[in-house]
Amino acid sequence: MRITCPLCGERDRREFYYKGAALALDRPEPDAGAEAWDEHVFLRDNPAGETRDLWYHADGCGAWIVVTRDTVSHAVLETRLAGEAGA
Amino acid sequence: MRVAGKGLLDRSRSVPFRFDGVRYAGLEGDTLASALLANGVRLVGRSFKYHRPRGILTAGSEEPNALVTVGTGGRRTPNTRATVQEIHQGLEARSQNAWPSLKHDLLSLNNLAAPFFGAGFYYKTFMWPKAFWERIYEPAIRRAAGLGALSGEPDADRYERAFAFCDLLVIGAGPAGLMAALVAGRAGADVILADEEARMGGRLLAETETIEGRPGHEWAEAALAELAATENVRLMTRTTVAGAYDQGTFAALERVGHHRAPQEGLPVECFWRIVAKRAVLAAGALERPIAFADNDRPGIMTAGAVRAYLNRWGVSPGRRVSVFANNDDAHRTARDMVKAGVDVVAVIDSRADAPGSDLFEVHRGAHVVGSAGRLGLEAITLRSGAAEHRVETDCLAMSGGWNPSVHLSCHMNGRPVWREDIVSFVPTPGAVPGMVAAGACNGAFSTQACLREGAEAARGALEELGIKPPKPDLPMAEDTEYRIAPLWAVAGKGRAWLDFQNDVTVKDVRQAAAENYRSVEHMKRYTTQGMATDQGKSSNVAALAVLADATGRGIPETGTTTFRPPYSPIAIAALGAGGQGKGFAPERLTTSHKASRERGAPMIEAGLWYRPSYFPAPGESNWRQSCDREVTMVRAAVGICDVSTLGKIDIQGPDAGRLLDFVYTNMFSTLKVGRVRYGLMLREDGYVMDDGTTARLGEDHYLMTTTTAAAGEVMRHLDFVHQGLRPEWDVRFASVSEQWAQFAVAGPKSRDLLNGVLDAPLEADDWPFMACGAVRVLGVAGRLFRISFSGEHAYELAVPARYGDSLFRALVARAEGMGGGAYGMEALNVLRIEKGLITHAEIHGRTTAFDIGMGRMVSAKKDCIGKTLSQRPGLTDPERERLVGLKPAGAVKLITAGGHLFAQDAAPVRQNDQGYVTSAGFSSTLGHVVALGFLRRGPDRIGEVVKMVDHLRGVETLCEVVDPVFFDPEGGRVRG
Amino acid sequence: MAELVAKSPCDGLLPLTLGGVTASEADLGTLTMVLPYCGRQKALSQALQAAHGMAFPAPNRATGKAGARGLWFGREGALLAGPDPDPALAEHAALSDQSDAWAAVRLEGAGAEDVLARLVPVDLRAAVFKRGHTVCSQVAHMSGSVTRVGERAFMILVFRSMAATLVHDLKTAMEAVAARG
Repeated sequence: MRITCPLCGERDRREFYYKGAALALDRPEPDAGAEAWDEHVFLRDNPAGETRDLWYHADGCGAWIVVTRDTVSHAVLETRLAGEAGA
Repeated sequence: MRVAGKGLLDRSRSVPFRFDGVRYAGLEGDTLASALLANGVRLVGRSFKYHRPRGILTAGSEEPNALVTVGTGGRRTPNTRATVQEIHQGLEARSQNAWPSLKHDLLSLNNLAAPFFGAGFYYKTFMWPKAFWERIYEPAIRRAAGLGALSGEPDADRYERAFAFCDLLVIGAGPAGLMAALVAGRAGADVILADEEARMGGRLLAETETIEGRPGHEWAEAALAELAATENVRLMTRTTVAGAYDQGTFAALERVGHHRAPQEGLPVECFWRIVAKRAVLAAGALERPIAFADNDRPGIMTAGAVRAYLNRWGVSPGRRVSVFANNDDAHRTARDMVKAGVDVVAVIDSRADAPGSDLFEVHRGAHVVGSAGRLGLEAITLRSGAAEHRVETDCLAMSGGWNPSVHLSCHMNGRPVWREDIVSFVPTPGAVPGMVAAGACNGAFSTQACLREGAEAARGALEELGIKPPKPDLPMAEDTEYRIAPLWAVAGKGRAWLDFQNDVTVKDVRQAAAENYRSVEHMKRYTTQGMATDQGKSSNVAALAVLADATGRGIPETGTTTFRPPYSPIAIAALGAGGQGKGFAPERLTTSHKASRERGAPMIEAGLWYRPSYFPAPGESNWRQSCDREVTMVRAAVGICDVSTLGKIDIQGPDAGRLLDFVYTNMFSTLKVGRVRYGLMLREDGYVMDDGTTARLGEDHYLMTTTTAAAGEVMRHLDFVHQGLRPEWDVRFASVSEQWAQFAVAGPKSRDLLNGVLDAPLEADDWPFMACGAVRVLGVAGRLFRISFSGEHAYELAVPARYGDSLFRALVARAEGMGGGAYGMEALNVLRIEKGLITHAEIHGRTTAFDIGMGRMVSAKKDCIGKTLSQRPGLTDPERERLVGLKPAGAVKLITAGGHLFAQDAAPVRQNDQGYVTSAGFSSTLGHVVALGFLRRGPDRIGEVVKMVDHLRGVETLCEVVDPVFFDPEGGRVRG
Repeated sequence: MAELVAKSPCDGLLPLTLGGVTASEADLGTLTMVLPYCGRQKALSQALQAAHGMAFPAPNRATGKAGARGLWFGREGALLAGPDPDPALAEHAALSDQSDAWAAVRLEGAGAEDVLARLVPVDLRAAVFKRGHTVCSQVAHMSGSVTRVGERAFMILVFRSMAATLVHDLKTAMEAVAARG
């Protein structure tokens, strides 16, 4: 598998660390309530199809990257820097 | 035997080798198979299950029968295909699965017991008595059935891995692959042409058909010469592209050393990861046998293989050759044999409309129904209409047609499609993104069609890559139609073999169908069809055709099993290449490593770091003596310990304090410049992630320390919080872990010691507990932190790493002069347990700030990562297992980390579990074992006696529950 | 005589020559991590130009020349190699002394690309990876920085503590390349 780092270019998956759903970027306010926090930290979809994940270019530039990919075809559809991807 | 005037090998270059201890001579360029055939050796191995005599079936990597063991000792490689292994001076090959010898194999008795070993025999025959299965039946079966064995010694061979990149990867260097590489190479594309064989050319080396009026192999040589001279083309011979993966990644195995005598430093194999923007699959096709009774006798081979041995290696596998086929292609074998002067005694073609020949007799609409010969073929039985007669022959060339090598097209879950006209499967276009099949692997069997498809595939790839293709220049070649009529299994009695390597017969497949294993996947597992090391390359299609027939379905509806990587077997050692020994993981060594080793300190791994366990003094015979001495030394005088392995992160910028407030539970923006504070970091789920001290070096400049093990994780976390959650904050991180060599100087004499190395002595008022600042140490700029992990008056002194070795030696020498010295991890651990200080043994991922007694460190004034969820009722429940100290309270004085805690009178079973011990050590200060652990309602139970049971070590100890701080609870020593 | 003696990361481990490829330890001078603050990259680049004669490097690029180089070193940072950093840089960027943090090895020779193909999962061939190109990637199991500093020469940086492992891994790859002949 290869992921295109927006800064470094296309690289082998071995350079990246996988965190999970890009949902982690939408951090609720402290008083958002148990449901919102449960959703944020624990609840994850498991779609056959498009997902948005967070990857860290650990053995590379240190960028956190939002990767949009297809879990069925394994195609990587888009990669953006987490800081620029927005929530 | 060699045939005069045939073959592409130089007859003057003789190469000696041994097979089963016998010395033979072959020619340079011979495979073990061609060399054995040239020497008249037909019996090469015994079959897996029935120990039937087997010979060489094919001339390529698909070979199911001729498996041998090559090399000796730690260099022994079993299950090497004789058709792939090249001979070289000193080659030692042995047959497998036969005892005492290949010719007199006692286990061939299995063959007589065959009725018991049919499909599913495991599940039926050995059912009773049940207890016998594990003790008797299975071991016996395992001994009797099998292939080659490993040596049991460490693999002495070297393997390597490497990466390669290209615009276009061409897989296979037959006519289609060569043509594709030529077109792409001429266009200036970056091309890799990979072929599993030692010599490129594919079937062009095995056929007598011409291209542009000259022999195919000559055209191939010219093409290869052009490619070799093209700078942008890389030729990889002996390289099997074994797997196709996501985003144009391909796995390939190169045989680097197997074809030569062992050489120092030279790997035997290289595992390549090739990244290609586009790929052309030009893998060719594999010929399939025909199933008839006793079709597995040595001397019965595929027709294309017989032709290849003749035309490429100049060898005829027999003196009286016969041919059995259902297609025109096999007639070439008879033609080439006759032209080479070898007797062709019969060509048997199952088709009534088979073409005739002036060169040999064709039996149309006829079949071979049996064979004879003890250790090799002597005769076949030919049935034509109702008549049967015996034909004396020592080599039968059979052909049931050709299977395109679709394998790689299926590696990303693509399924091949059935083509009735060629009676075979071809790849589904687009099954592997960016890869196009061309030539025989795409069902195009004439040389002309291969050249055309290769050129077209390359042109298509070039167009997609935006590279201008060259002018079309397609050579003229043979363009015969491929004519075939299905024939899978000849009706009749006797065992007709499908899967030669796993000993699966037509009857086995029919039996599976009869027992309702109708799905091809079920049939495969029930019969083990296609599950051997050759993955059924020469048998799968025939087997599913037999299944289709038995179940009354068509072949497309029956479907295929899944082709998975690797295309051909790969040694585990090659997959793990570079990972042996020191290649397993990097070793991180501190600057004091050498000095510590010189002092005899054994090293202990901490993550990737190596840290000294203890420093043995003269007269000490075990680690406890050293550890006790080192603990006492720190408490009474002064000790030196390398703490450079802790993570150190420089945090700078206007928002540095804000960010620290957000990642730590407690406040850092309020910390004074020149001071240090202990901080606790949570995960967002509310559990503790890491702890450490952070120093404020300047208004916008902090230095965070992390635990040794979590340094990388914390850096990643900071990056995430900044980039992902607070990108607008102006703050920057830089790891400086490696920049500084840092040493703990701990003990009542620590200040005296430091005053001997610092350029300016310490003023007590300027350096209270938790102060930090710049110092000059023996003339070098450094940093000093008054922090303590031992509970003693202590400092950590940091200098640029280049001075680490020197400074460590200087500090230890001075400490020794003051009754102290170096201390290691064992003493460090005891010192911190005595003080109730936690490590990752306590913050192991399932404990909260509340559990470790630091609930109040979660500031109420601000938000921080993990705060919200740390306040869940379940995480602040007083009933939780919480940190306590433990000391022995009964006759047994031992407490062990990992032991579990129970009420005194409770049975030590899971249901009664009340907690566990995380850390324990003998305190020479207090004269007894001290331990930390987590106990239900722990802090409320101080003074209570509980029972520790360590089931693993067989220890049971009564323990008193105490405050985690065993020593100097007021902290007078650390502040003093 | 000073009591504290400086030791280089690869002390006693290099140089090493095998099959026409040489690995030798490089002294790059002062190493400073330069991390520009929000919106200050342009001003920083001008300050770098004025003080050290180099621009702030774009991703995957190195600026300057031997003796004073700027290596792109990650998402928002560059490693200034050579001179002591001009204090004026601190107005625009977080500066962090890394002079002792890195083992720097120069790999040179006709087979250097082949050696690195066994260690680095990035295409470093001359046609793609030219002089002035740099990558942050892996070197065997280590995080590392690789820069082409000459037609047949590369500069490799890994953590100082891993110097012995780097030398081991380079030696293994160099032996294999040399043995192929």
